[in-house]
Amino acid sequence: MGSVLTFCRGAVVVVALAVASGCATTPGTPNDPFEDFNRSMFAFNEAVDAAVLKPVATGYEKVVPQLMRTGVDNFFANLNDAWSAVNLVLQAKPLPGLETGMRFVFNSTFGIGGLIDIAGDIGMERRAEDFGQTLGHWGVGPGPYLVLPILGPSTARDAASLVADFQVAPSEWFHSTASQWGVIILQVVSTRARLLSATRTIDDIALDKYLLIRDGFLVRRRNQVYDGNPPEEPEPPEEGSEATPPK
Amino acid sequence: MFRTFAIALTLGTTLSLAQAETAPDAFVMSLSTEVIDAVKADKAIQAGDVSKIRTLVDTKVLPNVNLQRMVIKSVGQPWRSATPEQQKRLTEEFKTYLINTYSGALTQVRDQTVKLRPVRPGSSANEVVIGTDVVSRGEPIQLDYRLEKAGDTWKIYDFNVLGLWATDSFRSQFARDLSGGGVDALIARLSEKNKQIAGTKN
Repeated sequence: MGSVLTFCRGAVVVVALAVASGCATTPGTPNDPFEDFNRSMFAFNEAVDAAVLKPVATGYEKVVPQLMRTGVDNFFANLNDAWSAVNLVLQAKPLPGLETGMRFVFNSTFGIGGLIDIAGDIGMERRAEDFGQTLGHWGVGPGPYLVLPILGPSTARDAASLVADFQVAPSEWFHSTASQWGVIILQVVSTRARLLSATRTIDDIALDKYLLIRDGFLVRRRNQVYDGNPPEEPEPPEEGSEATPPK
Repeated sequence: MFRTFAIALTLGTTLSLAQAETAPDAFVMSLSTEVIDAVKADKAIQAGDVSKIRTLVDTKVLPNVNLQRMVIKSVGQPWRSATPEQQKRLTEEFKTYLINTYSGALTQVRDQTVKLRPVRPGSSANEVVIGTDVVSRGEPIQLDYRLEKAGDTWKIYDFNVLGLWATDSFRSQFARDLSGGGVDALIARLSEKNKQIAGTKN
């Protein structure tokens, strides 16, 4: 199908392959051999966000009522549930896969095409799984940290996995190029709007926003791969803990 | 991710006075619940009333935190070579920075509830790790605490949001200033950041 995402797929594959060779991991330090490149890409993304995304998302939040925004969020999350179910099955977790599949069927029918999260209301928790987590489950390491243009924080593994994730992106459910772009834009704007207050907090507290987001992203992905129960990492030794406290 | 991160930061701070001889998980549970309830009951805090939030953090959260240990963990080796005067100023700025961090995140609390995970042993006999899941709509947010025994109760000396330990994150962000200009550079950076936050919030 003539998708607007073809270009993105190609670009992602090229970047991921170019990067996969540079995997040298030092335990304890984040795997970021391309920090200079990543920092400039991060700065670019920040500039795009400040100039376009954030203003548009702010307007969206002001103009569109909460009820409709929730409906839009639910709609996209519901489509994502279907892909999560597939990935759970690929990870040999049939029961959670079945439950997430049921979640999708339930919301798509009784929840009016996913606009209402009925399954959530009756206590079915959402499990978001993507193809990067599936690869991670089968032992593929994350590889170096990568900041992608517009898409933001990623790793070599996750960037390559986007090729699979994009095949089932919500926009792929539509046929004309115009509707595909419409769906992509709506998805991006609604996601950004949901994050507005949180990014304000991050902006407030970060001394080095690049590092805060990088460190946070990497451990979060590791957590997701292990379904919230990663093997315990030893607590780093404490320097100077025997020092006298200041008077 | 940012939203969950912020909410989790908030709840990472949800501590308050505990009863004598508390079990560590009960300690975390009662503190979390108390602070969440305090925020839920206060529209001014939800709207971002800075002075009210600070009071809440100062009175309920900080008394249950071993601030000294957090600073040392976050600074690492340079702490040892700092003068007592530098250590004092660094601790002061760190404290303000921590309060600022919490205050921003506290405004994110809405309808969350906290579920406990099984207690895990810490690095020594007097330490434990308590895991919690903060449940709201959508995916639960993982929030862990490192606790040390302090008499009849417990003190928090680190917390973990979605897998990221606060002191690890601080150490990563502090390292550049420390290696460039030493402890004084870090004090200056924190002080500048604190002023900037005070400026935008008031």
